[in-house]
Amino acid sequence: MKKTKSVLLSAPYLAWMVVFTLVPLGVVAYYALTDPATGVFTLGNLRNLGMYLPVLWNSIAYSLVSAFICLLLGYPVAYYIAHCRQTAQKFLYMLVMLPMCMSFLLRTLAWVGLLQDTGIINTMLAKIGLPRLRLIRTPAAVVLGMVYNYLPYMILPLYATLMKIDRRLIEAAEDLGCTPVQTFCKVVFPLSMPGILSGMTMVFVPAVSTFYISQKLGGTDTVLIGDVIERQFKQGNNPNLGAALSLVLMLLVFVCTGIMNRFGGGEEEVVV
Amino acid sequence: MKRANRIITVLIFIFLYIPMVVLVVASFNTGKDITQFSGFTLRQYQRLFQDRSLLGLLGNSLLVSILASLIATVFGTLSAVGIHNLNPKLRKVAMTLTDIPMTNPDIVTGVSLSLLFVFVGTKMLGQRNSLTFWTLLIAHITFNLPYVILNVMPKLKQMDASLTDAAMDLGCTPLQAFFQVTLHEIMPGVVSGAIMAFTMSLDDFVISYFVTGLDFITLPVEIYSYTKKPIQPKIYAMFTLLFLLIFVLMTAMNLIQLAADKKKVAARGK
Repeated sequence: MKKTKSVLLSAPYLAWMVVFTLVPLGVVAYYALTDPATGVFTLGNLRNLGMYLPVLWNSIAYSLVSAFICLLLGYPVAYYIAHCRQTAQKFLYMLVMLPMCMSFLLRTLAWVGLLQDTGIINTMLAKIGLPRLRLIRTPAAVVLGMVYNYLPYMILPLYATLMKIDRRLIEAAEDLGCTPVQTFCKVVFPLSMPGILSGMTMVFVPAVSTFYISQKLGGTDTVLIGDVIERQFKQGNNPNLGAALSLVLMLLVFVCTGIMNRFGGGEEEVVV
Repeated sequence: MKRANRIITVLIFIFLYIPMVVLVVASFNTGKDITQFSGFTLRQYQRLFQDRSLLGLLGNSLLVSILASLIATVFGTLSAVGIHNLNPKLRKVAMTLTDIPMTNPDIVTGVSLSLLFVFVGTKMLGQRNSLTFWTLLIAHITFNLPYVILNVMPKLKQMDASLTDAAMDLGCTPLQAFFQVTLHEIMPGVVSGAIMAFTMSLDDFVISYFVTGLDFITLPVEIYSYTKKPIQPKIYAMFTLLFLLIFVLMTAMNLIQLAADKKKVAARGK
């Protein structure tokens, strides 16, 4: 009897989520399909999307590159933490999480200070007699910003799966004559696949939709889809076009996470 | 191999912490330029505590994040109990709804909520200014709820269902059984959900940026506006203090947990 009653507790939640997640997406679709001036039905906004294909491609390329770099950098770190003693593990885990709790805007601004033409790195280079480099407003700076900001999102899920791998499997592989490299390729790496995929998704999604990183660290040739959307709402005042672009971005993320989930066997976990 | 891993790990940690070191150093700088250290001073800290408007913005951020995470924690925990008892089909629907704000990029969540608020506010209610403190609060509750649900649900699954039955057999009303048995069992999930919701809320910029009006601004939204005007060094002082606070809190939580774990091990040893 208690069960049937407590089921009712979920009703307000379902109503809330429908009103504040599903309905807003419907409103986005409504704006995407109406004319900004007259408000009548039109496919004009969708037709204009073709113009933004290069920008969309840019966003995908930058965030994929960033996700792979995060994987390359994050894997050894996660592996190292997972093989530390208990106390050290907890402390290192905290050190990975800590930057995520601090303002990402300010941390990105600090990179501007580091990379500027007259910034900290260039001043140091000049002091030891090396030529100044053009660091900021380059594609590399945008990728650096993404890797820097989202690396913890890669390390944490990787750590969670690596920690769960049964040590006896590794010992067994070694006993059966595997070299350390073979053990890694044949045992550890395949078993850590769920962590890799969820890490890739967790880096890719915020990276593909960012606008702050590209605005602060990028130049005119590194405009991303997030920048264009932000401008439509906050500067360009064409929310209808912005809505159409948001739909595209949502679809892109939906397809990408769908592919990742399929490879990962659909197993999702909350990490942290 | 282990040695190479250690070197990489140290380098990555340096990479992660360099920008934070830059900001902390800048908070003690006599000059305004983040790139040049011209001398040591504590003046920025003094200025920070004299700046009513800046402290007000921090207050705004705290107000929204505390309210939103509290509401989301209570609402989310109760909903999780309800969802847990739903039939599998409806439960799947509920979990899919929960996943939407988690998988959607923040910018899409922000844009869609802002369009909803503007649509309802201006077209249906005829308001001139439809983005307010309340829309901000609703948005924060909405993206906080999934964190609570996803932290509480696994605890409910782990819990032995016969515990509540036993409590009721022993004369508890369902309400008593919930507060004295269920809540006690799922508490770790509730707490971690609440903490996650609070930190997400406090540091959220993207969603807040789209759903807040000009009359109620949070700290991250204000910091974003420094794209146009130069950043005030007091902000670095605030960053340093927040960094210290979070570092101390996290270390304390770790130590408490370690002590609890040790006690458990010791108890088992006896």
